[in-house]
Amino acid sequence: MRILRNRKTLAGLILLAVFVFLAVFGPTLAPYPALQIAGKPWLGPSSAHWFGTTQEGYDVWSQFLSGDRAILVVSFLSGVIATVLSVIIGVAAGYFGGLADNFLSMLANIFLVLPALPFLIVINSYLPAGGKSSTALMAGIISLTGWAWGARVLRSQTLSLRKRDFVDAAGIVGERSWRIITFEIVPNLVPVVASSFLFTTLYAMGTYVALTFVGAVDVNTPWSWGSMLFWAQGDQAAASGAWVWFAAPGVAVALLGTSLALLNFGIDEFINPRLKAAGLTRRGLRAAGVTRRSTLGLTPVLRPTAAVVVTSPAEIIEETV
Amino acid sequence: MYVLVRRLMFYAVTAYVAVSVNFFLPHMMPGNPVETMIASAGGQLDQRSVEALKAQFGVGTGQGLWAQYWHYWGQLLQGNLGLSISKYPSTVAQTIGSALWWTVILVGTATVISFVLGTLIGALVGWRRGSVLDNILPVTTFFQAIPYFFLATVLLYLFAEKAHVFPNSDFKSYDTNNYVIGWNPGFIGSAVSHAILPALTIVLASVAGWIVGMRNMMVTTMDEDYVLVAQAKGLPKSRVIYYAARNAVLPSISSFANALSFVVAGSLLTELVFSYQGIGSLLLSAVQSEDYPLIQGIFLIITFAVLAANLLADTVYVLLDPRTRQEA
Repeated sequence: MRILRNRKTLAGLILLAVFVFLAVFGPTLAPYPALQIAGKPWLGPSSAHWFGTTQEGYDVWSQFLSGDRAILVVSFLSGVIATVLSVIIGVAAGYFGGLADNFLSMLANIFLVLPALPFLIVINSYLPAGGKSSTALMAGIISLTGWAWGARVLRSQTLSLRKRDFVDAAGIVGERSWRIITFEIVPNLVPVVASSFLFTTLYAMGTYVALTFVGAVDVNTPWSWGSMLFWAQGDQAAASGAWVWFAAPGVAVALLGTSLALLNFGIDEFINPRLKAAGLTRRGLRAAGVTRRSTLGLTPVLRPTAAVVVTSPAEIIEETV
Repeated sequence: MYVLVRRLMFYAVTAYVAVSVNFFLPHMMPGNPVETMIASAGGQLDQRSVEALKAQFGVGTGQGLWAQYWHYWGQLLQGNLGLSISKYPSTVAQTIGSALWWTVILVGTATVISFVLGTLIGALVGWRRGSVLDNILPVTTFFQAIPYFFLATVLLYLFAEKAHVFPNSDFKSYDTNNYVIGWNPGFIGSAVSHAILPALTIVLASVAGWIVGMRNMMVTTMDEDYVLVAQAKGLPKSRVIYYAARNAVLPSISSFANALSFVVAGSLLTELVFSYQGIGSLLLSAVQSEDYPLIQGIFLIITFAVLAANLLADTVYVLLDPRTRQEA
């Protein structure tokens, strides 16, 4: 896997693996259920309660361990739904063009401009109580506002692919549209789709946490880091010095987001060779035999020279002046 | 001009969609919003308000959906957004009016600072690509992933609770006990000192996006022939950077729409943490008290504000990029 050579991608993958582990085993490992009185209120961190206790006497460490699952499920589910939507809409708009394109592009632009969070809060405020605690429904609603960005990127990529010779050839041979789309166009969009998927998942994560924090969804079921932040804010954890209570979920959310963003960086550099070259460290460049000042016209472009996976970086660096 | 007219039409359509969604959403949902509201108001409403609510949500008036829809438009065009339940007897328009300016000034200033700062840093990092400055990127990524409201809580904890640099505990938009709103130095000073932390939150959380976007464009632009020519002609470095940056900044401006949606969302949450009495805090209190007319009104106002800001960005874009003017 060439993509694993990238340090950013690798770091992102490892970080993400930790969160997946936490999501699977966290609730089992937690010493107490998230909402069960485990000791006196406002205890500081100790051996009995690693992260202290809340105002109600709940164990913060247990709440933390149980908080990952819902976030991962909602954000990835939402990422999947939104990505499927964006591939269908974006590729259709780019491939068919004409009226369909005009309509779909307009739809995407409208969703891009509408302020998403207030929009979601409005939708959620009308949901009945049961709907507010449904993971699948939340993922669906969030993906409603998350597909447009990916669709726009995929549309422009499809537009440029559609004019390539191999697509023309497939058309002349008499392939049907759906076959050209699924076998000629979509495989060439995979890196873009992957990048758009990560971006959307990141967006969904932030949005879900925000919606919980605001109280626009059921704050206790499913239990998540957003719930912890909601109660920490409501119970004035910061003012009472219980900083672990709000710091733990906050840092965890930020790290989860960072892992997704790092993966995305890796894919970006994979797609755009110029960024990749710019991302090389000085040591890497020296090892590759390139001396370089950070001035003009010297961005080395990485080009695979052999069909075989390259083993030494020297052969893939070529200066463009 | 043609470009701007087209954009203007697009924003008109978007506004139309927002208003329509706002109207149809409560009608599509199960349950009866008016009953919920009357219940949550706990008998505060008099008979006339109940009638007004019913008319607004079209319950028991015997009108068809379309008649209600046009009625809704009529009311909206007169600036009538209905009655607020939680702030009864204030109307929604009055309630929003008193909160709107706090948000517009805070978010507007913070967004401009963040954009300018991020673009400058991004241009610099892109220029010195491959140098130590590139290490800024992972740091900004982390800041970008931090939820706004968490950053806000941390800043509040560090600077107000621990260090007492800024006013603490009951953080508001200004010191309500000692000053009245107006053009007096005491109030302005108090308002500014209360705005620094929220503004800092918004800038810190949103600057990363501008840095990364500008840096990536800068890296690409620097390979263009005209930059090389400028350098070969022996122009001073600052001038070459300026030429490259001027072209690299265009995508940042055109993606302003995208970014603004995030900034607005984040600012709403930031306000909540600082008990800043702007639109964000108002929206959240409206959600908690199930004040549907207020929620709807705030959504519309935010949408219109975002559309206006976008139109402004589009105008700037047309001014900056002569190619868009040629297209027509």
